[in-house]
Formats: sequence, C-alpha cells, structure tokens
Amino acid sequence: MFRFIVRRLLQLVPTLFGLSILLFIWLHRLPGGPETALLGERGTPESRAQIRESLGLDEPLPIQYGRFVKRLVQLDLGTSISTKREVTTEFLQRFPGTVELTITAMIIAIGVGIPLGYLAARRRGSILDQASVGGSLLGTCIPIFFLAYVLKAIFAENLGWFPTIGRQDASINATHITNFFVLDGLLTREWDAAADAIWHLVLPGIALASIPLAIIVRITRASVLEVLGEDFVRTAEAKGLTERTVRRRHVLRNAMLPVATSIGLLTGLLLSGAVLTETVFAFSGIGAFIKDAISNLDYPVLMGFIMIIAVVFALVNLLVDVSYSLIDPRVRVR
Amino acid sequence: MPLLDVRDLSVTFARRGQRTVHAVDGVSFSVDAGEVVGLVGESGCGKSVTSLALMGLLPRQRGVRVGGSADFDGTDLLKLDPRSMRDVRGRDIAMIFQDPLSSLNPVVPIGIQVTEVLVRHRGMSGDAARKEAAELLDRVGIPDPTRRLKEYPHQLSGGMRQRALIAMAVACRPRLLIADEPTTALDVTIQAQILELLKELVRDSGTALIMITHDLGVVAGMCDTINVLYAGRVVETARRKELFAGRRHPYTVGLLASIPRLDAGRGEKLTPIRGSVRDVLPWTEGCAFAPRCDRRTEACVGEPPAMTPTHTGHEFRCVNPFPLSQPEEARV
Repeated sequence: MFRFIVRRLLQLVPTLFGLSILLFIWLHRLPGGPETALLGERGTPESRAQIRESLGLDEPLPIQYGRFVKRLVQLDLGTSISTKREVTTEFLQRFPGTVELTITAMIIAIGVGIPLGYLAARRRGSILDQASVGGSLLGTCIPIFFLAYVLKAIFAENLGWFPTIGRQDASINATHITNFFVLDGLLTREWDAAADAIWHLVLPGIALASIPLAIIVRITRASVLEVLGEDFVRTAEAKGLTERTVRRRHVLRNAMLPVATSIGLLTGLLLSGAVLTETVFAFSGIGAFIKDAISNLDYPVLMGFIMIIAVVFALVNLLVDVSYSLIDPRVRVR
Repeated sequence: MPLLDVRDLSVTFARRGQRTVHAVDGVSFSVDAGEVVGLVGESGCGKSVTSLALMGLLPRQRGVRVGGSADFDGTDLLKLDPRSMRDVRGRDIAMIFQDPLSSLNPVVPIGIQVTEVLVRHRGMSGDAARKEAAELLDRVGIPDPTRRLKEYPHQLSGGMRQRALIAMAVACRPRLLIADEPTTALDVTIQAQILELLKELVRDSGTALIMITHDLGVVAGMCDTINVLYAGRVVETARRKELFAGRRHPYTVGLLASIPRLDAGRGEKLTPIRGSVRDVLPWTEGCAFAPRCDRRTEACVGEPPAMTPTHTGHEFRCVNPFPLSQPEEARV
C-alpha cells in the first residue's frame, strides 16, 4: 500500500510538468496581456513595451518558463502582477475559505446523498423514491448561482435565519492562525467564532452541494438497487442477520465503490466551481481573486491556481483509489 | 408429528398489466425430523419459490401473495412477523444456495461471513466466535481453516466456497436445512464430494434436509422421500424405494427417461419430454401436464386431478397413471 502511494505521487511529477508546459504556452498565447490591464486605454506602445520588459515578458517563452520552474521547485509561485504581493501569500489567505466551503458542500452532499439514495433504492417506487429521483434531476438542472440567490433571498434576507454575506461576523474579532476559520476557532477554543464561521458556511454550502448531492443520490440509488439483487444479499438475509448488519456489511459496502469514484471527481470540480457561489455570498475565498486574475491575465496567479487545483485533484483521486482498495479486496494494490 | 408440514402453499406474482403468475399453486408436503426430502422438477416448476416462501425471503412487494400454511414445530412460518422470522432464519432453518461465488459477499472475509451467524444467533464474540468458525470450516472439510478465515471468496475454489456456505448454514445446528440446487454450479467430481458432505452432516446432526434439485440422480442417492413438482403442484410423492420401483405419474417417468445414459448405444437419441414447461393447462382446467403427456385421455381435461393415495403412502396426481408393473422402465 505504501509503495503504491509513493508510486502514484511520483507519477504526479511528470503529469504536472506536462500540464505546466501546456498551460504556460496557452496562457501566453492569449491575446492581450497584463500590461493592458495595468495601463488601460491610455497605454502607448512604448509604455506597454516598458512594462513588458520590467515584468520579463519580452524574453523568449522557454527562458520565462525556465524561470517559472526554477521558482516552482522552491515552492515559490512568483509575484502577482496586479496586487504586487507574493502569490503564495495571496493563496494562503484566500484558499482556506474556498476549501472550507468545498468541504462543507461535500459533507452535505455525502451525508444527505448516500442515505437518501439508499432509502430510495430500498423503497423503490415509493413517494420518497420518486421525489428523490425527480429532485435530483431538478438539482442538476438549476444553475448554482440561481439557487444561491434564491437561498439567500429566502433564508438570509427574508427569514433572517442565516447571515447574508461573508465568512464570519466582524464583531466577533476572532484570532486567525490558519485562515481556516472553523479550524481557527477550534484551535483557539473560541467556540463562538467557530460556530459563527459554520453558520456562514451553511447557505453557500447547500447551494454548492446541490449538483454533487443530486449526482450522489442517483449513483447511490442505482448502485444499491444493483447490489440488492445480488445473491449474497439473499444469503445474508437467509442467515437471519439484523437489518443493520445486512445494510452496512453486505449492501452499502458493495454499493459504495461507484459512489467513491464519483466523490473523487466531484470534489475536484467543486473546488474550481465554488467561484460563483462565493460571489453571491460575498464569501472571501479564492473566487473573486481568480476572476480578476483571468481578466487581467495575471500569469503567475493563474499558473499557480491551476497547478494547485491539479495537485488537489490528483491527491483526492489517490485517496479514492486507496479507499477503493480498502473496500474491495479484489482490486487491492500491492 | 412432522417437523415441517406444508399445506396448500401458494405463491402468486401479480404485475400490473400482466397475467397473474401462479408460481406455486397449492403445494403440500411434510418433513420429519432428521428426514431428507427431495423436491424435484424442471426449471420453473416452483421448487425454488417454495423454499424462498418458507424462508420468508420472497420480495416484500405489492403483487407478491403467499397463501396456505407451513407449520414448523408448532408455529406457522407464513404468519410470523418479519422480526421473528429473522430469529428463525439461520438458527432453526438454514439455507444453502446454488451459485457459491455469487452467494458470498466478495468484499468481506470468509471468517466474518461465518462468525456473523454465530454472533447473531449464538451470542458469541471475538476469539470464541473465530475459534468456532475455524472448527466449522474444519468440519466441512476445508483444510487450514485458520488461514482461510482471513481470505476472501475469490481466493477459494468453487468446491471450497460451497463448503464455506455449508459451514455458515450449519453453524447454529439448525433443525432444518434447505439446499437449493447446491451442486448445480460445480464440477461433477466436486458435486459428489458436496453431496457426500451433506449426507454426513445430516446423518451426524439429525438435521432434516429439503433437497431441491432437477437431478433425479441426486435424489436417488440421498432422499428418503421424494416430491415431484410440476407447474407449482406436487404430482407424485413417495418413499425413494417405492418411487424407483414403480413410478406412476407420466411426468416422473418422463423425467427419469430423459436422463442421458452412459450405456446407451452410439447415436441413440435422448428421450426428452415433449414441449416445454410453458405448455401448461391451468390446474383449474385439468391436468397441467396434459398438453405434453403421451397418456392423455379425455378425463384429463375438465377438472383438476386429485392426489390418488395408495396403501404404501405413494401418492400421484393422475387419472391415467402407469400401471404398477413397468418392465420396460424398471431398469432405470
């Protein structure tokens, strides 16, 4: 198992290398450049050239790429062109919010999706089943930002149950160590700060969870239905085992395999898809920052962001593969 | 008093927009303690559905109706609530299924699949359960049982898997064992071993056994009493010796005649029963076997044939049965 993990991590190196070359070429081939954003309409060809020179953008691409890699191995992503701050610093400040939001959404999607999918399969054809199938179709159709606006209007603005914007109430004056606000609250034992951060996560978390929830419900339902028809479930019933044992050991354990795969794929998608939700709830994650970076063609920020997403995606899917082999001895890795 | 007394068991499957299927249509038979009873018939005759009905394992859905009674040591199994039935299953009545690979959970070690029965019904736990499980595997002839406990079904051979399933079934020393085609998915040599094992277990423990099979050869070697099923009803029932000495029902005769024989001449054709199980007459309109029967008479159609009892306990459901002496059939 250990060797498998190490091997997979080593495989990640050439993948990231290739990805970075492609990205570098693509980004630099896009029309315009950071100088347009910095100078706007007033820029003269001379001032543009001057800025490009000062940023090192006038040099040939291979040399620029070499510099990028040299910095990257020292875990330095360079300096943002628009904010003039270290990209790593910017990320450490902003990424935790997005990660918290993604984790919240996944907890909701998994925590609700798997039981709901299981019940729908067990009571196939019942009202619950039909509602969950119909609801999951609706869930995949409704655009996230629309759902986010609706949730915000009803539960935050009208009913006042949840805060409308932000990650934490400013009046709490919480101490921040890691910028994961919930974690910070727990570390510093400022329970009210942690609770408030969780409170701020609920609505955006639900909005972001809608699509993965719908997908998880559907996959769980289909997978449980398949397993319920298997002979070994009948054997388990014939042994007179309790419903609980049959469900956990014999049905869910087998039904979880396809669900685990989809969870891995969904987590990566959510991380990059949190942007819209963050905008609606003015949630200070990475979303707005990346949006600006795209319109300004802030090369270091974009490169860094996509590389990090790629690494996270690979790690999550490695985790899925590991859990896969823990669940199913037939695919156990050596 | 018999251990299990099944009276007029019926199972119907009704689907909206489709004709109701009478999978089991008034089956009656009984099993004495320690007795081996065979339920024999072609695919679709209702033998597996009968066993699932007795175990309470039919899908709990609208459209599935079970009727009649199945008296097991004083309680009617068909009237037990699901929770009490869970207590009976695996403890008093256990079952062995046809395909040992698909009947075992692929992602759970053999050991846990054996101990879970002990934990559930005998209140054992931890080392005691593991030790007992190893003894059970040993008893059903699995070598090196302690190591096998940690293995998964895909690491075992077909015969070994069926032995493991048998170990799970006999774990609580049930009073009744139901084996549904336990050897069909196995190699012929392994089949013989498994049958031998079942015979031994039944003899040593005094467990009664219902042997469900389409293979009259299996029945001949094992069963004390044989019930031949056709289209959801028992058409002939007799002690083994009586049945093999003188079959009365044309269907039973046809079943035996259709077994391929090694001593048959080269090029000699097999003798199948004409038609298929689908060519049945509803029992209410006469003998269900009539459309395929060579001895059909006018009396066969019109009203359902009743079971004809004889003084030896041999019964058959036929108005024109084979006479008692059948020289041309006696060699089977």
